[in-house]
Amino acid sequence: MTTADLLGKILQVVMGLAVFAAIVGLLVFFIDRAPKKGRDYWQLVGFLAPAIILLAIGLIWPAIRTTGLAFLDNSGNFSWDNFIWMFTQPAAIRTLINTVVWVLLVPTLATALGLAYAVFIDKSRGERYYKALVFMPMAISFVGAGIIWRFVYEYRAGEREQIGLLNAIVTGLGGEPVQWLQTDPLNTFLLIVVMIWIQTGFAMVVLSAAIKGIPAEQIEAAQLDGTNPWQRFTNVTVPGIRGSLVVVLTTISIATLKVFDIVRTMTAGNFNTSVVANEMYTQAFRASEVGRGSALAVILFLLVLPIVIYNVNVLRKQREIR
Amino acid sequence: MSSVAPVDLPTGEGRDDSSFEEAARDTKSSRIKRRLTSPWATAAAIAIAVVWTIPTFGLFISSFRPAELIQTTGWWTIFQNPGFTLDNYRDVLFSPSQSAPQLGAYFVNSLAIAIPATIFPLVIACMAAYAFAWIKFRGANVLFILVFALQIVPLQMALVPLLQFFSSWLRPLQVGLHNLIPIIPEQNYLPVWIAHTIFALPLAIFLLHNFIHEIPGDVIEAARVDGASHSQIFFRIVLPLAIPAIASFAIFQFLWVWNDLLVALIFSGGTQDVAPLTQRLAELVGSRGQDWQRLTAGAFVSLVVPLIVFFSLQRFFVRGLLAGSTKG
Repeated sequence: MTTADLLGKILQVVMGLAVFAAIVGLLVFFIDRAPKKGRDYWQLVGFLAPAIILLAIGLIWPAIRTTGLAFLDNSGNFSWDNFIWMFTQPAAIRTLINTVVWVLLVPTLATALGLAYAVFIDKSRGERYYKALVFMPMAISFVGAGIIWRFVYEYRAGEREQIGLLNAIVTGLGGEPVQWLQTDPLNTFLLIVVMIWIQTGFAMVVLSAAIKGIPAEQIEAAQLDGTNPWQRFTNVTVPGIRGSLVVVLTTISIATLKVFDIVRTMTAGNFNTSVVANEMYTQAFRASEVGRGSALAVILFLLVLPIVIYNVNVLRKQREIR
Repeated sequence: MSSVAPVDLPTGEGRDDSSFEEAARDTKSSRIKRRLTSPWATAAAIAIAVVWTIPTFGLFISSFRPAELIQTTGWWTIFQNPGFTLDNYRDVLFSPSQSAPQLGAYFVNSLAIAIPATIFPLVIACMAAYAFAWIKFRGANVLFILVFALQIVPLQMALVPLLQFFSSWLRPLQVGLHNLIPIIPEQNYLPVWIAHTIFALPLAIFLLHNFIHEIPGDVIEAARVDGASHSQIFFRIVLPLAIPAIASFAIFQFLWVWNDLLVALIFSGGTQDVAPLTQRLAELVGSRGQDWQRLTAGAFVSLVVPLIVFFSLQRFFVRGLLAGSTKG
């Protein structure tokens, strides 16, 4: 990077911010100068238009267009080929199966671990530090996490000393070193471990807050009834945090469906580890199979759809109450 | 968080300890020991904490070891094979050789992408959130629910057409800018900024609306009666009051953009001119997956900013995260 490059970059940022400020300033100026007649209407347009226009150009229209592209073959005619490919080609089917495995395992395990950990450290000394340690992966990029775990799974051939922690443990116990990331189907589970490692902290933080929100009287009453800790946990704590549990599970499910960076960084989807989001990128932007990529995006959307509908219903009920 | 089944989670001001602050306990609960813990539970907690920390710790230790030691011995043998060096960092950051990672330029890119891509959506979303909360109009509900639903739509749905749109409409502008000011390369930050801004809007509007909606109506009404215009109310009353929500979202969005790989891969062009750290790292893994001395140091260069933000602004980050965990 030369000094000129750096100057160019700084100049871009400064100019970008300045132009943006000027546009917003102009907009506000016109909102204030709106004609007396229909003033409220003009003001509304001024406040809403930027966001709505951007969303229409950048999300709504592209999503509609992607759906259209999914039904076109390479010569631009309507066909079901992309979807037929998805459900008949072994590699594509494997991608779908992997995605299902991810979505089944990551949310449940991460939530279970997060809940257990939250209960274990509840009211212990140094709770903050316990939390920070497990929560930290949440701030790390998936790419960084991928590198961290590739190092754990590193394999050295033959009699050389293992530098990856997992193989060092295996050989230390007298076993043979394994090429973890090349061994199908084990490798998919090892990638899932990385996602669980990232998401557990999130589950723990949310559920810990929920546990602290349970009224002390309930626990106290249960204690007076002579329950043991396990009964208290299953009959008082879990019902008390049901709402948060649903939130955590759905949130992690959505994040897992879209998982891309981990697979990209660790195996690039080779050795039968690909998932829908990664395959979508590979097909659309690497193999120039826009139709197939779009079809995969549509599948991803369909998988998320039930959660969208559920949330919209919850939101509508909330807004009616207001 | 509220973006998925907005339940009433204790994430508001002053009544949560999701920010790891020990909440003040009422005397009743401190009187009874309602800990479910036992020595076993404590042991399990310590085990989990250790297992969760070791991978990162191992990489961190390795990043300060000489290359030949990294390649031949495990990092846990640091005491048998001592060695400390800053060469790995010097190599990835400042090495002039073309084959080196040259992360310096990419680090600047990450910052140059993340700062505007945090500010733009914040301002636009604040305005939209204000309109949804305090300007009455027909169809407000339907429009708001549409915006809400958009935050769960996978990015993958929008990538291909948006890229086509940029290459036909934004490209001429970028070339024109380059001809006007040669110091700015043809590949510039515009597409990445715009993409990140658009993708951030649904969540930002939803979050800020929830907050702005809670501002007492009499304050707004009184200002209206005094003849204040909407923009005056927005700048003088609403924005100052919404600072906590703005801070939460800003931190969440900053980390999101800093850590993003997908948007960068598609809209940055992948050159030193625009590509962020994450993209460069992913490339290094692909092409030089065995250069552990570079990967370890490189990974930590990319982690340093998120970790600083995380440890210093944990509170805000948690709140932003709870509110915006379904983004992307």
